[in-house]
Amino acid sequence: MRVVPSARPRKLAKVPFVELADGRLQGVVSSGSDIGRVYVSSVEAGTYAFSCSTNNNRPCGGARGAFCNHIRALIGEAVLQYGAERVARYLKVDVSGDSGEGADAHTLTFAMTSTHPAQGDKSAAAQVFSRFLRHLAYLEFAPSTAPLPEMHWFPTTGAVA
Amino acid sequence: MRADLLTDAVDGLDEALAAVDGFDQVLVGGLLRPQPAQAAGLAGLADAVAGSPLAGRTAEASEKTAAGAADEDHFLVLAAARTALLGSVHDALVARVEEAVGRPRAEETAAPGAGAEHPVNLLAAARGWLCDLARTGWQGIDHELVGGAAPVVTAMLPEPALRRLATLLDGFAAELAASCPGATLERIPVRRWADLWSRAMLLTLPGADRTAAVTEVTGRLLPLGVDLHEHATAVQAQVHAVFEPADGTTPRLVRAGVSAPKPDTVVGAGLWQLLRPHMSLLAAVSEGRAMELDAMPVTAEGDLLWDDAHATPGEPADAFVTARVALPTATAAPVTPVDRHPARIAVPVLIEGYTVEKEDDGLAFRVAGERLAVDAVRVPAAGPLTAEAVASSGACLGLLRWDAGEFVLQPLAVERTVRKKPVAVHAGAWAGGTADKAGVRAEKAATDAVTVLRERAGRLLRK
Ligand SMILES: [Zn+2]
Repeated sequence: MRVVPSARPRKLAKVPFVELADGRLQGVVSSGSDIGRVYVSSVEAGTYAFSCSTNNNRPCGGARGAFCNHIRALIGEAVLQYGAERVARYLKVDVSGDSGEGADAHTLTFAMTSTHPAQGDKSAAAQVFSRFLRHLAYLEFAPSTAPLPEMHWFPTTGAVA
Repeated sequence: MRADLLTDAVDGLDEALAAVDGFDQVLVGGLLRPQPAQAAGLAGLADAVAGSPLAGRTAEASEKTAAGAADEDHFLVLAAARTALLGSVHDALVARVEEAVGRPRAEETAAPGAGAEHPVNLLAAARGWLCDLARTGWQGIDHELVGGAAPVVTAMLPEPALRRLATLLDGFAAELAASCPGATLERIPVRRWADLWSRAMLLTLPGADRTAAVTEVTGRLLPLGVDLHEHATAVQAQVHAVFEPADGTTPRLVRAGVSAPKPDTVVGAGLWQLLRPHMSLLAAVSEGRAMELDAMPVTAEGDLLWDDAHATPGEPADAFVTARVALPTATAAPVTPVDRHPARIAVPVLIEGYTVEKEDDGLAFRVAGERLAVDAVRVPAAGPLTAEAVASSGACLGLLRWDAGEFVLQPLAVERTVRKKPVAVHAGAWAGGTADKAGVRAEKAATDAVTVLRERAGRLLRK
């Protein structure tokens, strides 16, 4: 009945936020050296135009002309969270023509980099970062014991996960 | 249980659903420039409610919409007509279930109680977005249109009075976003999206989500099991239970729920961790205990408005004993009009004496010669109940639901015979915590995930 399966559990330390949204794979990657800094990374569906910069809008040194390690980590975690098939479908990556079955983060990344994608424009970074903050804000809302009958349309689908 | 009644045809059901499907098809192409086939779908909806108080207004809304001249009020009337039609389907199905399980029905209707004031501007914004969706149609959705829900949801979530609509819109919009662009969608969940759309439309009416009138109850609560609901950014655990009033009056079927918005990466055991601190009943369920309630608020619909201050842990209580002894004597509460929908049907039943049939896409029980499909997917990931356990069970405590044209059984717990002794496995066994090895591992992973998010939030959110 549900259309979107729930996210698969994964460790969040390195890549606290990943989403397939706004026609991009986008997310936030923790800096390895500075706990106060994060990188905002994205790859556009179809063109694989990529972008990576810090939350203070400084360009990532590694993302000049090619996918940096942040983007590679982002792809890896997206595959853990959503499964390779869903990521491939969203990004429109043709992985050996078999609808992504058997694909993994490595084959996905390889398929995209071998098209020599262009550097995307940085303007998405602010938007992605604000979506990450919005995402974090979901921890702050108080639980409620008032009935929420609408949730009957969203059953858990745990047994198949 | 008279299982034959669950498979018998229900009079008028096909006609009502055909009218619903006709309207739902209209939303696929959108209402901007309605085509003749869509006009027919709209007229079919109007015809189906012709004998009801909605007749005149639905006929007008249907005509205006077919002419491409509808305003938001017309869309609202169409949503109401569709909801009324499914309400009649709900009533027919519930009557059938009650006959099958032999459960007495509570006679009174659930009148709405007093409700909180809603910020009308947010409701109008939500309705505007929903009307844009209807005009565009599922085939026309794109990221820009779907993204329009986000600011409305963000503004609504902090308002407790708007939580129902906000949670619905959030789940609906996420689903639409995952399906963009609509033009290339291979399969559109037509009935489902029309359900979510009409329900959201109705909730934009101030007062539509008012809870039924509230009273207080004192007595013993005997849990049957936990039903878990989740979408990417919300979770609800609903405990089904039998309530025995201290004054010795008739036992009642009740529910107690706790829900919360959540980040999409909080899953599995993380869901229990989020909810646990707000409802001591979850621990009682895991421990197999009853709870004593003292002046606990309850709605006329049978929903306890749980408050830990009005509950204390009671004696051990085996859910299967409750199901065998107390459940057959309990009456069900009436349902408020806005909640009458087949998807809301969730009737606790105990099924025994069946054989298990493994099918290509799942399980079914053969009960008194009748086939009853089992929805073993609808079971929490963080819990010990598996499809294998259901397949090897001899008794099943579950919720009777109606999905895709048939009654199905959602297992809440099963009894298996291990070394000649009955052993129970509960879907919600880990709700209050667990010592199970796999469970402890899941709890640890979930704690780590939330710790990271809280650390990130602390560092980045308040800058
Ligand atoms: Zn980078």
